[in-house]
Amino acid sequence: MRYTFSRFNEYLVMAWDALKNHKMRSLLTTLGILIGVTTIITIWTTIQGLNQYVYSKLSGIGAGTIYVEKNPWIIKGDYWKYRNRKNITYKEYRALKKYSTLADHIAPEVLSLKNLSYGNEEVKDIYVIATTEQYAFTAGLFPETGRFLTEPDIRSSRFVCVMGAEVAEKLFKNENPIGRKIKIGSDRYRVVGILEKRGSAFGQSMDSFIIVPIGTFRRVYGGHRGLRIALVTNNPDKIEELKDEVRGIMRRVRKVAPGAADNFSINQQDMLTDLYAQLTTTLFAIVFIIGGISLLVGGIGIMNIMLVSVTERTREIGIRKAVGAKRKYILLQFLIEAILVSSIGGLLGIVLGYGAGSLVLAQMEITTGVGFTSIAIGFGFSTTVGVLAGFYPAYKASRLNPIDSLRYE
Amino acid sequence: MLIQIKNLSKIYHLGGVDVHALDRVDLEIKQNEYLAVMGPSGSGKSTLMNIIGCLDVLSEGSYVLNGKNVSGLDGDQLAEIRNKEIGFIFQTFNLLPRANALHNVELPLIYNGTGRLERKEKAEEALRKVGLADRAGHRPNELSGGQRQRVAIARALINNPSIVLADEPTGNLDSKTGAEIMRLLDDLHRSGNTIILVTHEEEIARHSERIIRLLDGQIISDEQIN
Repeated sequence: MRYTFSRFNEYLVMAWDALKNHKMRSLLTTLGILIGVTTIITIWTTIQGLNQYVYSKLSGIGAGTIYVEKNPWIIKGDYWKYRNRKNITYKEYRALKKYSTLADHIAPEVLSLKNLSYGNEEVKDIYVIATTEQYAFTAGLFPETGRFLTEPDIRSSRFVCVMGAEVAEKLFKNENPIGRKIKIGSDRYRVVGILEKRGSAFGQSMDSFIIVPIGTFRRVYGGHRGLRIALVTNNPDKIEELKDEVRGIMRRVRKVAPGAADNFSINQQDMLTDLYAQLTTTLFAIVFIIGGISLLVGGIGIMNIMLVSVTERTREIGIRKAVGAKRKYILLQFLIEAILVSSIGGLLGIVLGYGAGSLVLAQMEITTGVGFTSIAIGFGFSTTVGVLAGFYPAYKASRLNPIDSLRYE
Repeated sequence: MLIQIKNLSKIYHLGGVDVHALDRVDLEIKQNEYLAVMGPSGSGKSTLMNIIGCLDVLSEGSYVLNGKNVSGLDGDQLAEIRNKEIGFIFQTFNLLPRANALHNVELPLIYNGTGRLERKEKAEEALRKVGLADRAGHRPNELSGGQRQRVAIARALINNPSIVLADEPTGNLDSKTGAEIMRLLDDLHRSGNTIILVTHEEEIARHSERIIRLLDGQIISDEQIN
C-alpha cells in the first residue's frame, strides 16, 4: 500500500502527459463536468450571498422581538378564515403593557400614509408611525441629531415628530430641521430628532418615514385604526415563554373560548427566515438535479472517452505489462487519468461558477467571499464522477492480456 | 540450470478442436547460453517464447525459471517475474511512442519502485551502454530504426534480467543496421547475459551457440554450433 502511495505522483505525471497529448479531446471530455459544476457552484455562490444579505437584513427584526397582529405574515392555506378577524386595539396594547412580565419593551404601532410639508417643500405618501418612546427599542432606531420621543411627549400627546433621514433630506434642503415645525396633513408638528440613516433593504428605503406620539395621532385621526404591537425580550431564549404569555393575555382580553383557535397572530422573524430557507432549499434542489444530470452526462462522456483511450492504447498497456506492470498499476494509471480530467473540469467549474455567482450578486450589490464549501463541493463532485466513470475502463485495461495487447495494431 | 521445461504443452481450444501449439516439449537452458529458436510460422516458436517470457501460461507440464516454478503463478506474479528476470526485445521495438528514450528505458524501474533519481541515473547509464547517451530526450519517431532497437535493448537490460528474449530483433531493420544490433547482442552474451533469440533467418541464428528447431509444436532438432 505504501508503495502504491509513493508512486501516486508518478501516475499523476503519466496522466497529465496523456491528457496533454490530447488537449482538445481532454477539454471536450471534461466539458460536461465543467458545465455541471459551474451550474451548481453558480447557484451555490448566489444563494450563499443572498443568505448573508437576507439574514443580515432580517436580523434588523431582532431575534427577541415578536409582533401581535391581526394576520400572520405568511398565510398558508385558507385566506378566508383570517378575513373576519378584528383589529388589534389600543385596549389590548394597554392590557399587554399591564400584564406582561417577560416583555422588556412593548410598543404599539399605527401605520398610515400622509403628505408632509415644510414651507414650499412637500412630500407625499410618507409612512407615519404613531407609537411611543418604546419604539426606539422595539425597532432599534437611534437619533442622529436631536432626540427620540420621550415619555412626557407620549403622556401629554405633544405635537412632536422624529424623522427618518430621507424625509429630512427631502423637506429641509439647507436648514437644520431640529425645532422647525412641519405639517402632517393640516396639523403642525415640531421636529425633535432625525434618525440615523439605515440604507435600503430589498430595494426599499428604510429611512422614509416619520414617527409621532400615538396619543396625538389618535386625537387627530380617531382611535379606530388597527394596531400592531411589538414586544421585545432582551433574552432571546425567553421568546417562546414570552409568546405563551402574550397569547394568554390576548386570549383573556379577547375572551377566546378554551379550545377555540386564536383570533390574532403572533409574528416573528423566524417566519420570514423559515420561508426564505424553504424557497432557497427548493431552488437549490432543482439546480442540484439539473447539475447532477449534467454531471451524469459528463461522467458518461468521460467513461466513453476512457474506453476509446484504453482501446487506442492497448499496445501501450501490453508494453507496460510486458515490462512488469501489475494489474493494479494499470488500473491506477487509467483511473487517475479519468479523475484528473474530471477534476480539471471541476476546478474550471468552480472558478467559472464562482465568477458567475459573484456577477449575479454584484447586480444586487452584494459582495461575497469564495467559500471553502463551494470548492469542496465542486472538487468532491468532479472527483467522484471521475472515479465512477473511470473505474470500468481502467478495470478493463488492467485485465487486458499482455500477448494480445502487444500484437494489437 | 536457468530454465527447466518438462513435458510442456500449450493447447488452444478453437471451435471445439484442441490445437497443440506446443506438444510435450522438454528444454533446458543454462546460464549464459546463447540460444536461437527457429521454425516456420505456426511451428510454435512464438508460443514457446511467450511461455519462457512469462507472458503466457502453459497448459500442461512444468516450467522452472531460475529455481522457481512459475507454472502455477497468476498474472500479477508473472508480471513481477517479467520485471525482474526477463528483458524483452521485440521485432517492432514496442516503445511508448509519446515517451522519450530515457523514459522508455526507465519504464521497468517504475514498476519495481525505484526512486526517480536512481531511475534516471540507471536509464542514462543503460543508454550510454548502447551508445545513445545523446538521444535520451528524443521520442521514438525522432530516432532511426536501429536507434529504436537500441533503446529497446537498453530497456531490456535495465533490471539486469536473467534472460534476454529477442523476438526477431532484426526483422524490421535493414541488413547493415541489423548486423549492428546483432553485434550488440553478441557483446551482451560475452559480458555474461543469457540470450534467447527467435528468428527464421539462418544467418541471424548463426550468431548463437545452440539452435533448436521447432515444427508442429515439437522440437525436431537441438544442435550446438561453433
